[in-house]
Amino acid sequence: MPTPETVADSRETAVEMVGVEKRFANGTLALQSLNLGIDRGSFNCFVGPSGCGKSTALRIIAGLTSVTSGEVHWSGSAIRNGQHEVGFVFQEPTLMPWRRVRDNVRLPLQLRGVSRADSKDAVDEALELVGLADFARAYPRELSGGMKMRVSIARALVTKPDILLMDEPFAALDEMTRFKLNDDLLRLWQERRWTVVFVTHSVYESVYLANRVVVMAPRPGRVVDLVQVDAPHPRDDSFRRSSEYADCCSRVSRSLAESMPEGIK
Amino acid sequence: MSGASRKTWLDHWLLRAAIPIAIGAVAMGCWELLVHVKEIPEYILPAPSVIGKTLVAEWDSLSAVWLVTLQTMFASLGLAVVGGVLLAMLFSVSRLLEISLFPHAVVLQVTPLIAIAPLIMVWLGDYPFLVLLLCAFIVSFFPILSNTVVGLKSADHNLGDLMRLYRASPWQRLRFLLVPTALPYFLAGLKIAANLALVGAVVGEFVVGPGGDKTGLASTILESSFRLDIAKMFAALALISATGIAAYLATHALSQLLLGAWHESAVRRDA
Repeated sequence: MPTPETVADSRETAVEMVGVEKRFANGTLALQSLNLGIDRGSFNCFVGPSGCGKSTALRIIAGLTSVTSGEVHWSGSAIRNGQHEVGFVFQEPTLMPWRRVRDNVRLPLQLRGVSRADSKDAVDEALELVGLADFARAYPRELSGGMKMRVSIARALVTKPDILLMDEPFAALDEMTRFKLNDDLLRLWQERRWTVVFVTHSVYESVYLANRVVVMAPRPGRVVDLVQVDAPHPRDDSFRRSSEYADCCSRVSRSLAESMPEGIK
Repeated sequence: MSGASRKTWLDHWLLRAAIPIAIGAVAMGCWELLVHVKEIPEYILPAPSVIGKTLVAEWDSLSAVWLVTLQTMFASLGLAVVGGVLLAMLFSVSRLLEISLFPHAVVLQVTPLIAIAPLIMVWLGDYPFLVLLLCAFIVSFFPILSNTVVGLKSADHNLGDLMRLYRASPWQRLRFLLVPTALPYFLAGLKIAANLALVGAVVGEFVVGPGGDKTGLASTILESSFRLDIAKMFAALALISATGIAAYLATHALSQLLLGAWHESAVRRDA
């Protein structure tokens, strides 16, 4: 079985954005001619200040936002009802408070008409993956912030997507919980080899997680640097103390600082 | 902590029912005493015991008219629920429909019922039950409509995106997202509407007067006031109050049943 690295090295593109531009109705140029390929099985982090279009790029890949011009090319991924199989995790847990944990996770399958009995195995497996098998019958209000996020991730995984899109999923959590979820996410990614696009505003989080950090800048939203992080997975806390980690973080920070408009620096 | 322990015994349901009942009983005792000591004549203020006796003695006629009031109330509330929810759903589908019709619903609501009622009597006087039904419907319809409209608009926009991501059909979106989101709002509207339906029914009965073949509790009140039968007036009044209280308790119980597991308004919390 190939490891994530060898898959990434083979450079098969899962999604490619060609000249993608997005202008909002109020005239704001959210994204300016974005050309970016996402390799199959790679872990990509979009990092940048608010307004740099990182979330917009993610929503365009998900099909939740239309492009003003340009194209998104897919290769070799499963298509259902004219839609690519993606999992999406929002910044908030975005759970239905009236549904128990397992019914929240079941929702994507239910929307496809899969019966409760037929979806049981997939739901159990997704809950097992995020370590919440014991909380299947709980209501979201009974869970902590980190546990709600785990439910949200389980829901994104239940359809077995080959690309996982995450929009600042851990931004609202405390640092201890964030570290734990970062490690759990990396472990899952190594086991499952999805393509991940992860949006964050934290330089340190992006370098810790990614094969490649996509550094973005605002006004207009654009990519200003691509930083390859070659450290092998699995990574753990010792990676945070390594010189490679420090070098990558300082390069990403420098790119961000240089791209800031005059007067904000 | 004394604060915490006080909270636990005050939260006991038996006590929460017993305390208001005890206060009511004390007030009735004072009333009874006042009437006997001051020798107030029965046609000014009858004692509670006399009202109680009247309620038992006149039960046959009182229960018959009570049934009419209940019928009006439930029929109009049913129409208000069906009409209000259907119209709110139409509004959520069509913005054009909402901006053209909602202001008229507001006009109907802000005009006092008692001012419209005689007009309804002029138009529909030949059908007294229809007059009662329309009066009660007009006042109970609006809280259901406006609450459900707000509820249907309150869906979490991220959950809306999730529905789009998984290509939910409009029907699935309604069933899995909009209806559960709107439910607490609808139930809050229902609580108000149930009592307004009673108010509307009684106002309608006052307008129709004691003339019709089927008359409600308000007609009994009018009739008794003509005859200075104040005890029977109070007996009818007690039945109206009891109906209102029962309607409140029933809608409250329904809210607890449907929302108790998850909604902030109904979840019991540990101190």
